[in-house]
Amino acid sequence: MFDLDLWREIFQSINKNRTRSLLSGFTVAFAILLFTILFGIANGLNNTFKEAFGTDATNSIVIFSGRTSKAYKGLQAGRRIQFKNEDHDFILEEFGDKVQYITSKVNRQVTASFNNKKNNYQVRAVHPEHMFIENNKVKDGRYINQNDVNNRAKVVVIGKVVEDDLFFKTNPIGKYINLSGIQYKIVGVFTDDEGYNEENVIYMPISTAQQIYGNNDYVDILHLTYNPELNNDQALAFGNQIIKKLKDRFDVAQNDQRAIRVWNMAEASKNVEQFNFALSAIILVIGFGTLIAGIVGISNIMIFIVKERTKEIGIRKALGASPKSIVSIILIESVIITAIAGYVGLLIGVGVLELATKTLETYFIKEPGVSTVLVFGATITLIIAGTIAGYFPAKRASQIKPIVALRND
Amino acid sequence: MLEIKKLHKSYPIGDSSLHVLKGIDLSVESGEMVAIMGSSGSGKSTLLNIIGMLDEADSGDYILDGLPIKDLTEKKAAIYRNKFLGFIFQSFNLINYKNALENVALPLYYQGMKRQERQEQAMFHLEKVGLAAWATHLPKELSGGQNQRVAIARALAANPKLLLADEPTGALDTKTSHEIMAFIQQLNDEGKTILMVTHEEDIANMCKRIVRLRDGVIIEDEKVSQVRAEQYV
Repeated sequence: MFDLDLWREIFQSINKNRTRSLLSGFTVAFAILLFTILFGIANGLNNTFKEAFGTDATNSIVIFSGRTSKAYKGLQAGRRIQFKNEDHDFILEEFGDKVQYITSKVNRQVTASFNNKKNNYQVRAVHPEHMFIENNKVKDGRYINQNDVNNRAKVVVIGKVVEDDLFFKTNPIGKYINLSGIQYKIVGVFTDDEGYNEENVIYMPISTAQQIYGNNDYVDILHLTYNPELNNDQALAFGNQIIKKLKDRFDVAQNDQRAIRVWNMAEASKNVEQFNFALSAIILVIGFGTLIAGIVGISNIMIFIVKERTKEIGIRKALGASPKSIVSIILIESVIITAIAGYVGLLIGVGVLELATKTLETYFIKEPGVSTVLVFGATITLIIAGTIAGYFPAKRASQIKPIVALRND
Repeated sequence: MLEIKKLHKSYPIGDSSLHVLKGIDLSVESGEMVAIMGSSGSGKSTLLNIIGMLDEADSGDYILDGLPIKDLTEKKAAIYRNKFLGFIFQSFNLINYKNALENVALPLYYQGMKRQERQEQAMFHLEKVGLAAWATHLPKELSGGQNQRVAIARALAANPKLLLADEPTGALDTKTSHEIMAFIQQLNDEGKTILMVTHEEDIANMCKRIVRLRDGVIIEDEKVSQVRAEQYV
């Protein structure tokens, strides 16, 4: 039931006891303000971090080959190790269940031209799974598929930068692009969250490149992602296992560091994980810290308010106020103050973050911000804490004999 | 109007307890004006507080207007206080952030009266104590005598059966004291039953009956011829 008179009483009390109201409001507003700003900054750091690590699959393992640096099993040092299609199959056979996606790669530089426009790009010949490994997004048309690989089809998927460079206002899908003298049909355009460097690329089926650039089954790089269910240590072990097997397969000494190399994202992602963990821990500590400070503040103020109002409570009781009305008048007042102050603190905090965004970017804090849910959650926590903290003294005050309360001068 | 039998009250002090009221028998008729006198520690204020339901007796009977006052819940006590009793305190006990009119209207608020009606009533009572012009003033903007008159108006607002005054002139100078007493006498003339605690002989003599307490028992209970306060004003 909405009791207009009760609200009138409460607003009069808030309004007439301005210092008290402002002080308690200030505590709450300050707690929420700090909460917002600190959380915003922490979030900003997180954003910077995320951006730095891009959007590639974080479970990548890339395998390169080079020349042997040690003589082994009667073979001389300086022998060139060349991966072939069968090595791709070998990895799948040996480690099938640990591999999520795998693609072979052949990289070439080409001069691409369409109509009168011309430019140099990197061509990467890949398997269809590459799309998931590199996290390419198809904008128009389609990606390379297994059919293309099987048929050695002369098709390509171009990056958005290539499209912008060569196909000003023309829809490239179905058009033929000339790559160093050979015509390829464009079947798709892709984008990549990592931007220019990753969109400045042309993809074609691995088999097509193998035929055209040497008529062999050579592979430059093997790129795979490990089963995401592997934890970091397992993934590192998996990477080492691959190397070991490949070294055996190519008769390379196990301590030869140059013939076959592996770049395992698990190493980096272990650091990332640790950093993320530390960051989350800091955020959590900050969040809890400010909240607890706020709760302690509002609790103290509630106790003080009840103490200050003891005499008033006595008067009201002598005039016929029921204990319930005493408790509700105190609690509703504190809830109103906390809610309004919390909102003000939120607004100021968001405002400060907004103003500081430019400056903060210098310090690797990008797009600091807090989720509304989080801050409302914090405000509600404070309101609940204030209510609980206020309830007990209010309850006690409502139960003291009016004569005791009245004697309290 | 008021019937008290074998009333006992003690307060715990550390491990022992202080026996303040040791069997009080008191009967007050409607329309009486009674002064309860005694030195400090005699139990006079305790008696008044029990009558005012601000405190509870340990044993004994207390019947107010035919209603036994015993084992009241807080809620019940609040309702009874609101309905039957009006309080006048030595230190006025006005709510400092409410103006005179709002203070007087407060008991009516707890009666659940509508705002409009309660303001009219409060204004009526303020007029009665001669402070209509001061209705919007805060207690700190009023003199002691004016504050006590606001408090009297507040005590009258709920139209109580019994008016309880605890040293109503204790904080006032002689002249103002007499003004207030003259006013209380006038209320009594109009039929209000008044119970007053005082330690001033001349104030007590302005009542119609004096009950003297010493060490928690009534040592004397006499009717006196009332000294009218107007003659000093």
